[in-house]
Amino acid sequence: MFFQQILNGVTVGGVYALIALGYTMVYGILELINFAHGEIYMIGAYLGIIFIGIFTVIGLTQYSIPLAILLSFILSALFCSAYGFTIEKLAYKPLRKAPRLSPLISAIGVSIFLQNYVMLTQGATDKVFPHILETTKIEFFNLTITTLQVFIIITSLLLTGLLHLYVMKTKTGKAMRAVAQDKVMASLLGINIDRIISVTFIIGSGLAAVAGMMVAMYYGLVNYSIGYIAGIKAFAAAVLGGIGSIPGAMLGGFILGIVESLAASYLSSEYKDAYAFVILIIILLIKPRGLLGKSQ
Amino acid sequence: MKTILFILWLSFLSVPFMGLKGGLWLLSGIVLAYCIFLIIKKSSNLLKEFRLPEIPYNLKILYALIFVILLVLPFVLKDYYLDVIILAGIYIILALGLNVVIGFSGLLNLGFAAFYAIGAYSFALLTTNAGLGFWTSLSSTLFITALSGFILAFPALRLRGDYLAIVTLGFGEIARLTLNNWDSLTRGPNGISGIPSPFVFGFELSSLSHYYYLVFIFVLIAVFIVRRVYHSRIGRAWLALRDDEMAAEAMGIDTTKYKFLAFSFGAFWAGLAGTLFASKMRFVSPESFTFMESVFVACMVILGGLGSIPGVIVGSLILVVLPEVLREFQLYRMLALGIGIILMMVFRPLGLIRSKG
Repeated sequence: MFFQQILNGVTVGGVYALIALGYTMVYGILELINFAHGEIYMIGAYLGIIFIGIFTVIGLTQYSIPLAILLSFILSALFCSAYGFTIEKLAYKPLRKAPRLSPLISAIGVSIFLQNYVMLTQGATDKVFPHILETTKIEFFNLTITTLQVFIIITSLLLTGLLHLYVMKTKTGKAMRAVAQDKVMASLLGINIDRIISVTFIIGSGLAAVAGMMVAMYYGLVNYSIGYIAGIKAFAAAVLGGIGSIPGAMLGGFILGIVESLAASYLSSEYKDAYAFVILIIILLIKPRGLLGKSQ
Repeated sequence: MKTILFILWLSFLSVPFMGLKGGLWLLSGIVLAYCIFLIIKKSSNLLKEFRLPEIPYNLKILYALIFVILLVLPFVLKDYYLDVIILAGIYIILALGLNVVIGFSGLLNLGFAAFYAIGAYSFALLTTNAGLGFWTSLSSTLFITALSGFILAFPALRLRGDYLAIVTLGFGEIARLTLNNWDSLTRGPNGISGIPSPFVFGFELSSLSHYYYLVFIFVLIAVFIVRRVYHSRIGRAWLALRDDEMAAEAMGIDTTKYKFLAFSFGAFWAGLAGTLFASKMRFVSPESFTFMESVFVACMVILGGLGSIPGVIVGSLILVVLPEVLREFQLYRMLALGIGIILMMVFRPLGLIRSKG
């Protein structure tokens, strides 16, 4: 039971980690809590369902289900990247020089807008992810894990690793780190800051879309309001791991997922959503830089 | 050219959600809106030259006139409109309290609904379970909420800016979840009903117009006290804290003390608003105190103008009355609220009525 809960926690934690990456990157560069990031994740989940629906209509799912799912992942990530890019240009870029609270409030505005936009266009009821993929259960040492869970854990680990490599090894990644350290200095050295910020939003939103679609597959249901709570939890994960740190976001996501699933089964499941906040508050008070955060 | 591409881009983004037809509709809608915007922009140049003739008026007489109108309002208005006005009054008190925290002291609190909830629930429990009278419950409630503000200030002392916002948001959510799950005390999602109507000097306040006067008096008291505090030594210390914490500290302002004061004083008004809300509705449930409620109140403060008392009053009136007027478009009002917040931040970040200084 204990290890089973840990396993389930790791699965959910992988999703939190993917969303947390977007928070941590944006915060690292803009020092902005991108409230709308949770909504991007929600939009990703909806887009996944919509594209799978389209592929079912045109008959691609009969041809090859994995191909249809892969294409949905890619399209949903691309669309969400476009959303993230546009949101940054419209709602955050004009506020670059405004007081610190203005972009945060603007982000809340974006979040309210996107939630209601999806509610109006897709309806307020839960959407069901079509059950096209048969999941098989793998049993070992009294534990059960589905292939989908394995898929989620591996995907989140893989994407986090790729992102880490990207930030550490490529030229753009280097520029991102430079901008995060000192924007003025970076621009003096010829780095196009606006482009770097756009890239950050594009990557973060794409990852959130993948997370959203995986959650839609895992739970089978999505709702227009899932973004808010998932976003806050992912933010808690990012803070826990150390904001600005990519391995930290992953670690924070897994820890949060495990703690939440253990606490829900051993303490009380009614307060499930409160644990993330409690962790967040404790971390901010005791170790505001997080587990893997750099000290100033 | 750029705008055309931009419009096409937006429509393209919405295609998966609205379908091809919906995307086209949106496209035409945006084009129309843009044309109107262009026309307005053109004509606004003309408007700039046109000036309103100066009407000589005495500010005192104007205030007196408004006061008289407000006094006779219950005799003229239908119950429904009176209801809306009472709600607006409660929100004015709430927003005044939040204005102390956000506007005066610059501490973004996104969990303000928690204090509102604590106020409403304390009052509800004190009157139903403990069977206390209106005034005893009111004063105890105000004490409890001010104390809870004081307690929240402890973590807030160490945090700044958006971290503070997140922690207060977490506090708000924890408060709501507790109300929702602590069945033995709060009766969970069912809420507490049967809150008795208040007795003022042996006179039962039962009808809407009675409540109107009660709320009206409390709004006047709140505006008066908040104004006095704003212009006092404490108010100036808050402003200094908001503008530059380091400089304030260097000038000998005890920042810790004033942060505690701001949180408690803000929460105090939330407690009053909560009391009035519970007493008027005679029913409280956790649904009334969600995160959206906190955001809604924050919007009132921001829309009206951070730190400005008339601004906050105008902001609350707009945000309460406008949705009621636009009832037919109820579905779209949250959508409009979201866009409104963004536009506000981009074009007029200081609000409709800017505070002096």
